[in-house]
Amino acid sequence: MTQEAQPDFFSLPGIAAALKSATLAALVAFGLFSLMVGMHTDIGPSGAQELEPRFGTVAILAAIAFVGTLARELLFHGRDYNVASHIPPGLKTAAGYVSTYFAPALLTFAVIAPIVFYSNRYLLDLSILILTYIMLGWGLNIVVGLAGLLDLGYVAFYAVGAYSYALLATSFDLSFWVCLPIAGMLAAMFGVLLGFPVLRLRGDYLAIVTLAFGEIIRLVIINWVPVTKGYAGIGSIPRPTFFGIPFNANDDGFAAVFGLEFTPLYRTIFLYYVILGLALLTAFVTMRLRRLPVGRAWEALREDEIACRSLGINTTNPKLTAFAMGAMLAGFAGSFFSARQGFISPESFTFVESATILSIVVLGGSPLGIALAAIVMIGGTEIMRELDFLKAIFGNDFDPGQYRMLLFGLAMVLIMIWKPRGLISTREPSVFLSERKVIARDLIQEGKG
Amino acid sequence: MQYEYFVQQLINGVTLGSIYGLIAIGYTMVYGIIGMINFAHGDIFMVGAFIALIAFLCLIALGLTAIPLVLFLVLLIAMALTSLYGWAVERLAYRPLRHSFRLAPLISAIGMAIILQNFVQIVQGARTKSLPPLIEGGYTLIDSETFAVRLSNVQILIVLTTLTAMLVFSWVVGKTRLGRDMRACEQDLKMASLLGVDIDRTISLTFVIGAGLAAVAGIMHLLYYGSIDFYIGFVAGVKAFTAAVLGGIGSLPGAMLGGLLIGLIETFWAAYFSSEYKDVAAFSILIIVLIFLPTGIMGRPEIEKV
Repeated sequence: MTQEAQPDFFSLPGIAAALKSATLAALVAFGLFSLMVGMHTDIGPSGAQELEPRFGTVAILAAIAFVGTLARELLFHGRDYNVASHIPPGLKTAAGYVSTYFAPALLTFAVIAPIVFYSNRYLLDLSILILTYIMLGWGLNIVVGLAGLLDLGYVAFYAVGAYSYALLATSFDLSFWVCLPIAGMLAAMFGVLLGFPVLRLRGDYLAIVTLAFGEIIRLVIINWVPVTKGYAGIGSIPRPTFFGIPFNANDDGFAAVFGLEFTPLYRTIFLYYVILGLALLTAFVTMRLRRLPVGRAWEALREDEIACRSLGINTTNPKLTAFAMGAMLAGFAGSFFSARQGFISPESFTFVESATILSIVVLGGSPLGIALAAIVMIGGTEIMRELDFLKAIFGNDFDPGQYRMLLFGLAMVLIMIWKPRGLISTREPSVFLSERKVIARDLIQEGKG
Repeated sequence: MQYEYFVQQLINGVTLGSIYGLIAIGYTMVYGIIGMINFAHGDIFMVGAFIALIAFLCLIALGLTAIPLVLFLVLLIAMALTSLYGWAVERLAYRPLRHSFRLAPLISAIGMAIILQNFVQIVQGARTKSLPPLIEGGYTLIDSETFAVRLSNVQILIVLTTLTAMLVFSWVVGKTRLGRDMRACEQDLKMASLLGVDIDRTISLTFVIGAGLAAVAGIMHLLYYGSIDFYIGFVAGVKAFTAAVLGGIGSLPGAMLGGLLIGLIETFWAAYFSSEYKDVAAFSILIIVLIFLPTGIMGRPEIEKV
């Protein structure tokens, strides 16, 4: 439709053309949703499948398609609408200040949050969840964002880390702090194990192989019942201790040793700082690695592998290092996960989890962007669950968590169309001549960033 | 016993392989023309199975009892609506990315797969949907004391429908104007557009045909297993992709051959080794083939140009 002759804005032919494509969109929407949405199947009282018509919803969806297309055609048809050129310069400098101080402010907030919200158990648990995803996102960003290797099986390493800690702690009685490096190393070994065979593969084939690898790990966990207990999962995994001091109400517990009144919140706050520390470690390692030769090799590899090879860069080592680094960080996150949950089962390590982490990375595009994407997408849907007015609109059984993955999928497609390098993708070069120039988002295209 | 058991597994494997082959064609066609892995294709297959289930229930509710007529109508409805899904997915998620960076279409396709899966889960629920067996009966081919080899009517229908779909499809690709355009686009997209082939239309129709064949596979899956859920597209999609790669991606007879092989390998693995690890076997084949035989059985070697 972009190739057609461009009708004038709001002229009669323009409106006619817009109406035509809006009608077409409404018809397509009607076709797509007629049976799929219009007829709900469920098991009836007799045990057989029964149909329940929902024609109203189809009509609403078709109307949305009509109005949406009409509005888009009338407002943007034939014009490359460039938002950036319409922003006044004053606002741009203001935005520049905000972005300079935003990351430190966010970090400060993350550090003092448990002190401010110490009594809010729900908020702390949610923050721990978000921080776990931020850490996983930053870890995957090394593989996907820096080295440009699309990894669809990242959750496999997370699973290796989680099961390593669970098995080591329950069978050999090792403490969390001993298991953490072991779990990381085991996960890194699996990363290299995956890395070796895929060295020769091109982008999309590599992605599919990592997907298959992730599924194999999950299937092995499910079926290797004597070790992993299969679907039943591993329970009563020991919780982490404060350098040997457990968080319980006993006389040798954390509260008693430090002369405090016992509350289960101490463990939550401790776990919060552990995952914050792990996430910051990930960010720090990433930042430092980017300045090392291997980091520069990763970025060169991402831009053009053939050019890399012809310039004499050994592509094997950077690829393996990227997989191993990413896997090790996922292994850390995994052992934290199993220590926090106290129970793990294969259901926590499905492809959906890999896709969630990948879409956070794709959405973010930069370390700060990844953190924001995790906060908005994971925290946002959790908080929507609590909002009463949404329940008033959509009915009592409205569950935003159900829509989370739909939103993730939608976001992935839209980001690829509008901003393929992520929402916040300003980059600083790691190597520069006399002054460090920030590369603006507009310039970060293939081969220019 | 040994021999009868083998024949039975052969029959089951060929049936399963036909379904995989039909899905694999969608992967191989799209890869051949625009060089992308249409990750959402497995979920298009799942959407096809759901539309078929709803169409079955609607037609039965309307009082149609003649099974051949119902089957024919369901086939038409499911193919038409699923093709619309294929068209819409290409138009919305892939066409704007045709000149984007290398991994953009794949990431967009993963997003689309997530959308389709969760869309179906939300509108139809996460529970497994079942359909009462419509076609019953069959033939007992060999009846020894210990083991009877059965060939059910559903299996005959699946293999015959697949063969018909393949013949029609081969005719479209080999003899029609559209097929010629498709083959031209496969060889050189830019040159084809310079010579007056409407590539947007050809690519759209490729997706439409691929989705139509996936819908046929969806109906066959529904008839064979009798139950579906929103997650079937993922595993079937990866296996069909394995089939396409094994046969040589970009090659249409290769996709069919690969589908048959994957179906046979999976069935025999489950029959003779362990049914728990049959998916592991299929995924391992994918990895092994991609590493040691990336061009597949009937594919052409890919030359990397700078």
